[in-house]
Amino acid sequence: MYQPDRSQYPQKRVDGTLDIDLKSGKYLKLWQGPQHPGVTGNMSIELTVCGDEVVDAKTHVGYLHRGFEKLMERRTFMQVFPIVCRVCVPEPDFNEYCYAAAVEELAGIEIPESARWIRTLILEMGRINSYLMYLGGQAGAFGQGVIGQWTTYVRDLMLDRFEELTGARIYHMFILPGGVRGHLPEGFSGRMEETLREIESVMDDVEKVMFQNAVFKKRSIGVSVIDPALLDSYGITGPNARAAGVARDVRTEQPYLVYPELELEAVIGHDSDIFTRAEVRRRDLLMSIDLVRQILAKMPLEGAVMTKLPNVLHWKIPRGETFIRGECSRGEYGYYVVTDGSGYPRRVNVRGPSYTHSIALFERLIINANISDVAGTLVSLHTYPPEVER
Amino acid sequence: MKTLYQSLKERFTPGELTEQRDGLAFLTVERDQLRPMLGHLRDSEGFGHLVLLTAVDWLEEGQFQLTYLLSNRKKQQDIGLRVMLPREDASMDTIHDLWPTAATYQRELREMFGIDFPDSPRVNEEFILEGWKDLPPYRRDFDTLKYAQATYRDRPGRETRDPAKHMKEQLYPDKD
Repeated sequence: MYQPDRSQYPQKRVDGTLDIDLKSGKYLKLWQGPQHPGVTGNMSIELTVCGDEVVDAKTHVGYLHRGFEKLMERRTFMQVFPIVCRVCVPEPDFNEYCYAAAVEELAGIEIPESARWIRTLILEMGRINSYLMYLGGQAGAFGQGVIGQWTTYVRDLMLDRFEELTGARIYHMFILPGGVRGHLPEGFSGRMEETLREIESVMDDVEKVMFQNAVFKKRSIGVSVIDPALLDSYGITGPNARAAGVARDVRTEQPYLVYPELELEAVIGHDSDIFTRAEVRRRDLLMSIDLVRQILAKMPLEGAVMTKLPNVLHWKIPRGETFIRGECSRGEYGYYVVTDGSGYPRRVNVRGPSYTHSIALFERLIINANISDVAGTLVSLHTYPPEVER
Repeated sequence: MKTLYQSLKERFTPGELTEQRDGLAFLTVERDQLRPMLGHLRDSEGFGHLVLLTAVDWLEEGQFQLTYLLSNRKKQQDIGLRVMLPREDASMDTIHDLWPTAATYQRELREMFGIDFPDSPRVNEEFILEGWKDLPPYRRDFDTLKYAQATYRDRPGRETRDPAKHMKEQLYPDKD
C-alpha cells in the first residue's frame, strides 16, 4: 500500500514554526468542540486541516474552570470535602482518597483496618464505572452507539450499589480524613455479586460486538500509536503507558491501602494503538471485578471505620507538605497538599493524568492524522477536562 | 534517600533534606542550580518522570515556592525540589527542553500566579482564563470573595452562616 512520507509536512520555516498560510486556500481552521460528541467533556480542539489531514492542533480548555484549588484555600480541612470530588465527575473517589490520605499523613492520623478495606472497595467500584463509561465513548467515537447504551445500563446498576453504600450516586463523599462514613449495608455482598455477574455478561457481549467487529478493528488497529520512548518525557501513565508494554500501575509498583493483600498484576498490551488501549482497559475492568470479589471475601465486617478526630471546626495542622498518589482508571492521580499551621490548607494541587495526556501528548499524536480519527484518538487517551482546569 | 542526598551534595549545594516518609523527600535548591540538578537527577539517578510542577504563594514571606516533583519508578522514590523566588517580577528558567510536558505547567503558572518562564512555548497565550485583566487569581492577595461580590449578585432570600459560629451556638453556647 502506498504510504506518503508526511514527516516533513507541512513545511517548516527557518525558525522552526509551521509554514501554514491560511490565505493560500490550502488550509482550513476547524473547531472540534466544546460541544461535540467526539470530544470528552467540555474541551475544544483548534484544528488546522489540509484536505482531510490534520497539520496542526491546539487544545483549548477552561470551559469547566471553577477555581477549585483556590476555593480549597478558603475552607477548613473538613469543608474542602464537597469540593474535591467535583474535580473528576465519573470517578470522584480518587480525589476523596488522595486528599484524605494527605491530610491524615500531615496530621499524623492512622485509620482503622476496616476503613482501609472499604476505601479500596470504593476505589475499585469507581474504576469499573469509569471504564464502562470509557468503553461506551470509545465505541461511540467510531459510530457504534449501542455499546454505550449497554455499558450505561450496567453502570447504572453499579450506581445503585454506590447509592446503598454511600447514599449518593455520583459524588459519594464517603471517604473522609480519619476513615469512611460507615460499614457495608446488610446483604451488600450478595447484591454486588449479582451486579458483577450482569457486568460480566455485558462485557462478553461487548467483546463480541466491539472488539471482534471488523469496522472497529479497521478504525483502531495501528492508529495513533504512542512511542514507548515518549512515556517519560510526556509524563504518560496508566493504561496509555501499559498499552505500550510498560507495566506502570501504582497499585503494583507502590501498593497503597490493602493492595498488598490482594492478588493482582498490571495488565499490559504491546501495540500501543487505540485498539490495544481499549483492550487493556477491558481486561483491567475484568481484573477490577475480580478485585471487588476478593475484597468482599477477605474484608473484616466489624470494627471501627472512623478514628476519633479533633474538633474539625478548629482543626489546625502543622506546617508541612506531602504528595499522595493512587492509580485511577486513567493513570497516576495525585494530591500535593501544603499546610502552614493554620486551620486552612495553604495550597492543594491536583495532579490528574489528563493534564499531560490531553494537551502535550494529544497535540503531538494528532499531527498528520486523518480528521476522522481525531475523536477516536482523544477518547482513547481517556481524558477528563475538569482535571486539567480544576 | 540519604545516599542520593550525599551524591547530590558532592555536585551541588542543596539545602536540608526533609524526609516526609519512606520514599518521599523535599529539598530546597538555589535557583541557578535547579536546571543542572534536574538534568542530573533525570539522566544519572533515574528520576525520569516529572510528576508535577506547581507553585505555593508564601505571601507573608514575600516569596513564591516552585515545587518540581520527580519520581524514580525503579527505586520507588519521589523527590520534590523547592525553589524560592521573590514575589516581585517572579521569573524562572524554563524546563520544557527537559520535559516537553512542562510547557503546559509553565503556561498555567504564568496565568494563575504571574510567574514568567521566558522562552517556554506559548507561555503568554491564555490557558484557562479568557480576557482576564485582574491580578493572577491563584495569588494569595487575590480575594475570591471580594471578586465574587463585586462581579455577581446573591440569589434573593439566601442567608450565609459561618459554620464554626453556627455549630458553637447549636452545640456549646456557654463555652468559649
